[in-house]
Amino acid sequence: MIEEDMKNPSPVALHKAFERVWGTPPGLARLAAVNHNIIGKRFMLTALVFFAIGGLLAMLIRTQLASSESAFMDAEQYAQVFTMHGSIMMFLFAIPFFEGVAIYLLPKLLGTRDLAFPRLTAYGYWCYLFGGSMLIAALIGGVAPNSGWFMYPPLSSNSYSPGINADVWLLAITFVEISALAAAIEIMVTVLKLRAAGMSLDKMPIFAWYMLVVAAMMLVGFPPLIIGSVLLELERAFDLPFFDPGRGGDPLLWQHLFWLFGHPEVYIIFLPAAGAISTILPVFAGAPLAGYRLIVAALVAMAFLSFGLWVHHMYAVGIPHVALSFFSAASALVAVPTGIQIFAWLATLSQGRPRFSVPMLHILGFMFTFVIGGLTGVMLAIVPFDWQAHDTHFVVAHLHYVLVGGFVFPMLAAAYYWLPHLSGRQPVQHLSQAAFWMLFIGFNVTFFMMHLTGLRGMPRRIFEYPVESGWETLNFISSMGSFVMTMGFALVALDFILLFRFGRRFRRNPWRAGTLEWAMATPPPSYNFASLPSIERRADLLDPDQLGSQLASGKGYLGVPRQARMELLAVEMLSGTPEHVVRLPRRTFLPLWTAAATGCFFLSLLFKLYWLTPITFASIILLFLLWSGDTAEKTDVGSLPVGRGRKLPPHIEMARPPSWWAMIFALAADATAYVSLLFGCLFLWVSAPNWPPQQVPHVESTGPAIAAIALVTAAWAGRSAAARSPHAVGWLALTGIAHLVAAATLIWLATAALPDPRSHALASSVFVVLAYAALRSGLGIIISGYGIWRIRSGYVSQRRSVDLRLGRLWHDFSAIAGLTAAGFPFVMASLACELSR
Amino acid sequence: MMGIAAGCTGDLSALEPAGPSAASIARLWWVMLIVSLLIFSLVIGLFLATVFVPGFGRRISAQSWIGGGGIALPLPILFVLTLYAFWQGEHLLRGGGSLSPDTIRIEALATRWNWQFAYLDLPGAPLTHGTLHIPAGRTVEIAVTSEDVIHSLWIPRLGGKIDAVPGHTTFLRLRADTPGRYAGQCSEYCGTGHAGMRFEVLAHAPEDYPTALDYQEDQ
Repeated sequence: MIEEDMKNPSPVALHKAFERVWGTPPGLARLAAVNHNIIGKRFMLTALVFFAIGGLLAMLIRTQLASSESAFMDAEQYAQVFTMHGSIMMFLFAIPFFEGVAIYLLPKLLGTRDLAFPRLTAYGYWCYLFGGSMLIAALIGGVAPNSGWFMYPPLSSNSYSPGINADVWLLAITFVEISALAAAIEIMVTVLKLRAAGMSLDKMPIFAWYMLVVAAMMLVGFPPLIIGSVLLELERAFDLPFFDPGRGGDPLLWQHLFWLFGHPEVYIIFLPAAGAISTILPVFAGAPLAGYRLIVAALVAMAFLSFGLWVHHMYAVGIPHVALSFFSAASALVAVPTGIQIFAWLATLSQGRPRFSVPMLHILGFMFTFVIGGLTGVMLAIVPFDWQAHDTHFVVAHLHYVLVGGFVFPMLAAAYYWLPHLSGRQPVQHLSQAAFWMLFIGFNVTFFMMHLTGLRGMPRRIFEYPVESGWETLNFISSMGSFVMTMGFALVALDFILLFRFGRRFRRNPWRAGTLEWAMATPPPSYNFASLPSIERRADLLDPDQLGSQLASGKGYLGVPRQARMELLAVEMLSGTPEHVVRLPRRTFLPLWTAAATGCFFLSLLFKLYWLTPITFASIILLFLLWSGDTAEKTDVGSLPVGRGRKLPPHIEMARPPSWWAMIFALAADATAYVSLLFGCLFLWVSAPNWPPQQVPHVESTGPAIAAIALVTAAWAGRSAAARSPHAVGWLALTGIAHLVAAATLIWLATAALPDPRSHALASSVFVVLAYAALRSGLGIIISGYGIWRIRSGYVSQRRSVDLRLGRLWHDFSAIAGLTAAGFPFVMASLACELSR
Repeated sequence: MMGIAAGCTGDLSALEPAGPSAASIARLWWVMLIVSLLIFSLVIGLFLATVFVPGFGRRISAQSWIGGGGIALPLPILFVLTLYAFWQGEHLLRGGGSLSPDTIRIEALATRWNWQFAYLDLPGAPLTHGTLHIPAGRTVEIAVTSEDVIHSLWIPRLGGKIDAVPGHTTFLRLRADTPGRYAGQCSEYCGTGHAGMRFEVLAHAPEDYPTALDYQEDQ
């Protein structure tokens, strides 16, 4: 019906038609929103609220330290305040904020209408909001985490942190990390598959490259932290001694897992900000970004290097010096890809005719601050110097120079640059300059002093210091600076409010940029583009003005809303040739309910209501299964006209639709988690005291053999099912039964056949590895059952077989991982015997 | 800034070394600071010049900018620095000199929130709490461990820190040049008593050292 009216549509008619399909009405329906415009803004706004809370805590810290022997807070209050300041700024501000920026901007920069999995975006947001609120509630209730934001055991173990403070951290942060992993998968698939026609990888806007690398790093970086948190929570809740040196555990295991995440995290935070600079700076330089390919190479190099230098947080724990030197060299080497980016920006400026504007002012702030942070970073990478500076205020100074310099200033530049896009209004210039200078001066006064305070011997995290220490003047100056900085932030906030109230409206592309996000109306409509662009040039050298009016009048792809479906174009990954049509799911409350169930799951663990845990877990699974109905089709569609005389098949009839790639990336994250668990266990064997245990487990080979056979059967039957789609009910039943046998055997092995997991870290390692494999098989049962249900409902045909092929991936992976798990007891037992010889 | 830093007093300052290890690290700091100031001035100068001086650097190709500043500039500096740091690290592990057989061995045990020291080379010497007695001019090897959580032993004027990790023993070799009183403190957050977990180091003249602890006992 709509199609018929749309033979020669006016832009206004088109807009109305699209808004009916893509828009989110006001009222309760907002809670069901899945649109990236809404969720992206929500992420950013929520992150700013957390930033304000974290900033308030920073003010408390500076008030406490302004004078020696201050009576403002006691040691316990101070511990909660500094722990929460760090945790909030890292996990609830920095990461979610750039996720929000990416969620809002990426589809626009790539020339598409939404992210690949809108409901997952919404689910991630709710997880973030609920998890973050758990932390804030604990802070208000006076039971906030108090062992420092890196939560070193044994301080964070039961013996020394008996309350729920540490549990709040471990569970709430893991809850929030779900949103990070969801965003990582989402960003990777979106960047790789949902680009404008013709946008080959080497024509992507540079920001997309940055986010692709960041998402890949998140996918590999977060699992070790999640594994570490699970292990520490298992120790706290069930007394499995992973970190207890008395029973073969090792506190250093936590440090390795934490920093294996924690160091890449710094680059995960910096790179999106650098990506914003690489996008903004060329616009003001009036020249294309110099060294596009070199920058991409530098990004990839940085990503690899960043996983090889976590030990530079651990120079003082007694690791052999030769090993330290390797990590020291790797840490110093990071200066090279950083330098490449900085000099690429200088080269860009030198090739153009730079204009100076408020975003550029913040880029100047970034340069000044970040270069100092980078230089002190190289100093700290040098082992002997770190032995002195480690855990002093020098490090506090360094990390704030890197994070405020490398994240906050670029994000402010980005805010001044993109707020006109988000609001449709241009900044009111008067306040912006004053706000910047207050921030800049306040920041440097605060943190520059801390280099000296640290070198003069002031450790981190002390709540009072004696008058004789000679630190009082420096601390007082820092505190004064921090109040100036706070006023700067208040002015920035006021400036933004003024922009929304009084900013001048503009027609299009106020900065004369060359990227696709300006080829749309501002503020952007829910569907971004009335028709999707096709490009021939690199996507930051386009002409948005001309392109924008073409697209608005429906001259691109998918310029007609069809059957009230949200559609966008998927491309071949490398070349950007249009490949298929992705039909997105509609607005739904399911993400909210699922996140609420997930929240109950974490609350049941927090309050030790373990009878509730399986119920909440089952309801999460059930709710996720309900997600699947929306995009399913009962008939083969074949191909759909997409405009410009082309026809493409829908995604559910493709061999590798976005969901297939998402499964690959999810399994990659799972594999990373599993491998870091295995390495953790081997690390205990190498490093922990009190090995071998008195009782080395003797394992009969029958149980593991049964599990192995069952797992191989599951994988084989899963493959057969996928190959015979849709006539696969029998094969899927076999898959499910095989998984059931595997899960039951693994659980039996873990609980009954082996020594008590509480007795020694060896037993607990084996227990967790087996339980992990059993969990995977348990999900395998559900996935097989889901396949049967989908076939019975008529959603599967020979062409529409993606459900079964996703299952096949899962069964394959759980077989490979499960086989190593089944063999793991033997490995650990023989390694332990090796020690006792 | 150098003025403020050099003119500082305070018995925890890493910039007022009183032993070869701390002196060597302080020297490294001053060198790194000067090099860093030069690099910082260069980068910020170039940034300001490219933004505000029309045509600045336009004749230099983008490749030269990136290759020169991003690769040719940092690599040699980093190479020399890490190589030197490796040599220096080895030097510091020996206590800032050559390792002699007459190294004094001491065991440090950290607890919440106290330091206990045992003197292996002074048979019969009592344990001390909160005070570490060492001879001046001799290398001291401190074997450090913890009874509860992770702490870190740090005497800034004598050298770098080493963590006290339960279940592990770590070693720190230090030397004080002259007799005197030096301050030490825990530098890994270890709970509410962390700020007060200080200790002092008394470096005695070598000839007084064997009897220094007897005197303590008398007290």
